Amino acid sequence: MAKDHVSGPEDYESLIEQVLEAYPAKAKKKRAKHLQVSQPDPEATPDPETGHASKCDTTKSNIKSIPGVMTVRGCAYAGSKGVVWGPVKDMIHISHGPVGCGQYSWSQRRNYYIGQTGIDSFVTMQFTTDFQEKDIVFGGDKKLGKMIDELEELFPLSKGTTIQSECPIGLIGDDIEAVARAKNKEHEKTMVPVRCEGFRGVSQSLGHHIANDAVRDWVLDKGDVDYEPGPYDVNIIGDYNIGGDAWSSRILLEEIGLNVVGNWSGDATLAEMERAPKAKLNLIHCYRSMNYICRYMEEKHGVAWMEYNFFGPTQIAASLRAIAAKFDETIQANAETVIAKYQPLVDAINAKYRPRLEGKSVMLYVGGLRPRHVVTAYDDLGMNVVGTGYEFAHGDDYKRTGHYVKDGTLIYDDVTGYELEKFIEGIRPDLVGSGIKEKYPVQKMGIPFRQMHSWDYSGPYHGYDGYAIFARDMDLAINNPVWGLYDAPWKGPEAIAAE
Amino acid sequence: MSGLRQIAFYGKGGIGKSTTSQNTLAALVELGQKILIVGCDPKADSTRLILNSKAQDTVLHLAAEMGSVEDLELEDVLKIGYKDIKCVESGGPEPGVGCAGRGVITSINFLEENGAYDDVDYVSYDVLGDVVCGGFAMPIRENKAQEIYIVMSGEMMALYAANNISKGILKYANSGGVRLGGLICNERQTDKELELAEAMAAKLGSKLIHFVPRDNIVQHAELRRQTVLQYAPDSAQADEYRQLAQKIHANSGKGVIPTPVTMDELEEMLMEFGIMQSEEERLAAIAATEAEAV
Repeated sequence: MAKDHVSGPEDYESLIEQVLEAYPAKAKKKRAKHLQVSQPDPEATPDPETGHASKCDTTKSNIKSIPGVMTVRGCAYAGSKGVVWGPVKDMIHISHGPVGCGQYSWSQRRNYYIGQTGIDSFVTMQFTTDFQEKDIVFGGDKKLGKMIDELEELFPLSKGTTIQSECPIGLIGDDIEAVARAKNKEHEKTMVPVRCEGFRGVSQSLGHHIANDAVRDWVLDKGDVDYEPGPYDVNIIGDYNIGGDAWSSRILLEEIGLNVVGNWSGDATLAEMERAPKAKLNLIHCYRSMNYICRYMEEKHGVAWMEYNFFGPTQIAASLRAIAAKFDETIQANAETVIAKYQPLVDAINAKYRPRLEGKSVMLYVGGLRPRHVVTAYDDLGMNVVGTGYEFAHGDDYKRTGHYVKDGTLIYDDVTGYELEKFIEGIRPDLVGSGIKEKYPVQKMGIPFRQMHSWDYSGPYHGYDGYAIFARDMDLAINNPVWGLYDAPWKGPEAIAAE
Repeated sequence: MSGLRQIAFYGKGGIGKSTTSQNTLAALVELGQKILIVGCDPKADSTRLILNSKAQDTVLHLAAEMGSVEDLELEDVLKIGYKDIKCVESGGPEPGVGCAGRGVITSINFLEENGAYDDVDYVSYDVLGDVVCGGFAMPIRENKAQEIYIVMSGEMMALYAANNISKGILKYANSGGVRLGGLICNERQTDKELELAEAMAAKLGSKLIHFVPRDNIVQHAELRRQTVLQYAPDSAQADEYRQLAQKIHANSGKGVIPTPVTMDELEEMLMEFGIMQSEEERLAAIAATEAEAV
């Protein structure tokens, strides 16, 4: 590669110090609590898969961003409409309020689904009450009711409606619950009012929680559910089927003999959500956004839950074994068969890509799960995650992170635009994985980049099939010949010498 | 616009703001002034005595009917009442829904943009109750009203409200140039009312503009949807309002930045006037009652 990736300082502590220097005293003090280098934790037993036992849980998290910095966090509406509810395909999700929130979150997050859009599925459509001045002044309940009636006429095959509150709804005190109850009686369909006004909480994280609570209060245990449960029923929870992730996960679970009752909420139907409490086990992929409803189902319906990780062969095998251990010997034997079956695929991927990626360093900055979940997948490719951070994680996420990252990894919580840029400049990793807002600045710094929210319009990355795509994509980014053309030829030493 | 004076009447709900302001403005017409009244209360009753009927077409209701405020013409909402006083009601939602505060902002912007303030000497805002939110502070923000007149009485809650409104004025005094014109005491026949009103005015660094005595004739006029000036122009009460109008007219540019007091200071003042009992007095009173009972 023409663009030299000089490895930056090994001493990340002093890098943090350097970066913090730019802040006024008060901001410096506050931000210092969000930045750290993972420390060895002699008391913890090393993770059986990764061998790591580091300490990341001293980072402050889930608190308000400092005014004046650039944060990439979202809002509660983003957490509910954009993450949890939006992918439920056979319901209509109304962005209730002025037009912008719905307009700019139109098309969702590449949550793939099967169905006829506009007939029985609605994920990529945008519905909004488009509040005008008069709706603010006189209240919007009537307009909302009218809209639900019209939607019922236009889309009779929808299974229900959710009302995703934008900020003004909370400010003017509209009674959307009363509208939901009335329309539920009138149309005999599920109506879910969600109080996810954007000003609530510090990030999208509270929106996830509010959306989970809305499932609990307005979906579960409402009337009889026509479903005869079987002994191998499980739910996939917190897989939003981005680029088809849930599908490449589901086939593995089905191959080991389990029956996936519900997939929350990628490619999900309302019926799947209603049936979920009848399953034996809840399998959580994104812990941050859906642990709440799992804890509720455990308490109320006695459904056990466990976390799993389908990124990269090491974690996939470990997760398949752990999941199988919750069932009988047949399933356990199946798990071994499935792992063995895919081993040649894994070997072929590693044989092809490891030599091209070995030793490359990676910095990540993603949402609430992937900053730790994908780390072992990079390890599988011989790559090395040197820094990682979450937009909206809580303390329990940082505790879990210690099982994934080695000592001496740079950890940044709700990192500011300035900090991340300086960290990347200082470390100069071979790859940065983050979002669309980070992509172009990083590439302009001459550093390869992959979007790790949307898989850069690729994917799936989950499961064995996903690993093949993941490996190819990382190779495409890092070993792209474009990096050899980065410097202008007339500015090269040969050109200058010729003059 | 240079000669335009913008004033606003604030005060606790039910204190008689609308009655006092309409009577005063009716008297102000006699001084040759051209007046526009802007009612900023969802109940839309700030111009009833001038129009001799309740205003039916408020800015917000018509705007909602027509689609948006941009579709509205000034003629639709501007009504002419007693002695050519121009009247506009902002209107707003029924109680318990929507956002009346946003409504006030919308209406005032509409009136300004459409030239309702041209060709008048006075614009008077009549604003509901306390300054409950940013919307109801609209007339004191952004260089709208220059002088605020607080209608109050010797009742404790009216004094609390006067103090709170002063806090609102103080907040915008430096950015927008709004001033406290003074207090207008609408007599409730409480103990030492005049003294208390004067003391309150002094605490706020302002003055008592006028003490309006209680007179049933106001009630009689109001039942006929008229001001006293119209109903009984020769009465003593009409003269009271004429005096008040003259004082306000002469008060141009004499407003002050108020000095609102803390709750403790306010309660202390009330104790001094014997309106509120001190802790010791209260205990003594309880002891006395108990002793009597035994």
